[in-house]
Amino acid sequence: MEVLKEGKGEILGWHDPDENRQWVLQNKSRELKDKRMSATEAVSKFIHDGDYIASGGFGHIRISMAIIYEIVRQKKKNLAMAGKTSCHDLDTLIAAECVNRVEPAYSFGHELRGLSPASRRAVESGRCKIVAETSNAGYQWHFLAAMMGLPFIPSRNILGTDTFEYSNCKVVTDPFSGKPICLIPASYPDAAIIHVHRCDIYGNAQIDAISVEDFELSRAARRLIVSTEEIIGDEKIRAEPWRTAIPFFLVDGVVEAPFGAHPAEMPGLYYFDEDMMAKWLEMSKTPQGTKEFFQKYIYGVADFEEYLMLVGGIKRFNHLKKIEQLRAPQEAPWLKK
Amino acid sequence: MAKEVSSEARYYTASELMAYAAAQQLEDKKSVFVGTGLPIVAIMFAQRTHAPNLLIVFEAGGIGAQIPALPISVGDSRTFYKAVIATSMHDVMSMSQAGYVDYGFLGAAQIDMYGNINTTVIGPHDTPKIRLPGSGGANDVGSFSQKLIIIMRQRSNSFVNKVDFLTTPGYLTGPGARERAGLAKGSGPYRLITQLAVYGFDEETKRLKLISLHPGVSLEEVKSSSEFEIIIPEKIETTKPPTQEECAIMRQIDPLGISLR
Repeated sequence: MEVLKEGKGEILGWHDPDENRQWVLQNKSRELKDKRMSATEAVSKFIHDGDYIASGGFGHIRISMAIIYEIVRQKKKNLAMAGKTSCHDLDTLIAAECVNRVEPAYSFGHELRGLSPASRRAVESGRCKIVAETSNAGYQWHFLAAMMGLPFIPSRNILGTDTFEYSNCKVVTDPFSGKPICLIPASYPDAAIIHVHRCDIYGNAQIDAISVEDFELSRAARRLIVSTEEIIGDEKIRAEPWRTAIPFFLVDGVVEAPFGAHPAEMPGLYYFDEDMMAKWLEMSKTPQGTKEFFQKYIYGVADFEEYLMLVGGIKRFNHLKKIEQLRAPQEAPWLKK
Repeated sequence: MAKEVSSEARYYTASELMAYAAAQQLEDKKSVFVGTGLPIVAIMFAQRTHAPNLLIVFEAGGIGAQIPALPISVGDSRTFYKAVIATSMHDVMSMSQAGYVDYGFLGAAQIDMYGNINTTVIGPHDTPKIRLPGSGGANDVGSFSQKLIIIMRQRSNSFVNKVDFLTTPGYLTGPGARERAGLAKGSGPYRLITQLAVYGFDEETKRLKLISLHPGVSLEEVKSSSEFEIIIPEKIETTKPPTQEECAIMRQIDPLGISLR
């Protein structure tokens, strides 16, 4: 196949398919064992300075803030992160100076809430580097290629644009149709963190919502930390195996983290904590405010449980549950008057 | 006629007129792939009025939702409320690529005369003046949907000769350019709605062409709010504004004015 065009972007987490296959054969245990551990242990064991990481869910939906805050607490450095619709997860890690490289599909924004002050500052000042550009499907298909053990996935997006010029893709002539086609390379994160509704002690996990990219991401990542709202017996998993989104042999660590997505949404359980989002968007406007936020909500507390008490505990979560279940109205305290 | 409507125009805002005009482009029993912002208000309005069987597709995996309240995110639980399937991005994107999406619906920061969209960066890519979120699903919606509807604010610095970054493909450099690049045959921008007017794209040249001016808006205003030349047809229509009842429906959809500001 003749290469017609090449994007100039860098590929994060590229491995030759044979190399990654060997890595999987040697490192991913098929043993059914208890993988429960604390957030502290999971982060120190599976996330290292310089790693390329990816966060499951959808940027501010079903993300593992329990693990994100722990990455901040442990002051991990020089991380690259997947900008696969990333939002509060990435914004927090860029603001904390843990992440300094991103391939954005959607990054540096909070959807209807507006742009991320801290991430914008980091990108516009050059502290956070854009290694390539892509789209949401583009990122998704990095993971699809990786989970299939293939070097690339052909696609019909990205073509003809500056998104392509800055991508890590190539355009070739498709040998079947004779038309130009985009090749999206495989991308294997060193570690992924995915928050789920429930799983057993081995990591067999269920998600009661859209899976977004987590089916593919969980299979593409070399190491996978699953944080969970609750741990259930494995007989419950085996009674309804069709509900398993992530099987145990993909999982390296299981972290029990009720309300672990706060202030993000956990579908069915609690809606966004918009007061907290407003506080973050306001305080992260300045480096000083950002520091104060981290001091109060991360460094100033022992762990995520203490943080949950600090943000209002059970009373707060009852309220967020009401909004989630449409029994209380939407709030938008960050709205500019 | 236009003057008469204009004197009554105070009961709706510019955003409400934009959302309303955009909603009128959507047909019942068709599918629409929708991006964040004002497009969500427009599709919710369409679903609650003339298009109850509009099949709404969200990039994160929600298909066929009966959206109960304005979602903050195109992936929050409102986007798969009473949906027919809560699936994955891969599934949604693949089906879109295979032809299951009739309309795409996006917002934009900058646009050129061929409907090419920028949502990545204002200023040079490597030394940005303003870093925007990037493509998100926009490049995919613009690549995969058969008819793309765009909704945005029109100013001379958003209707530009050359977008700072071509994030999402319109007609690229003109007729045949999408197909030459490898994009799906016959797909591309269909309508553009701003606070001033409704536009289409000229069949022959693929360039932006005026369809209707909003009540009270002059042709001069439209021309002076664009860096590039807009094709002006012989007959210019006036956009039908929403009735007071229709405005009330939109305000129920977005009571806090999050998108309808």
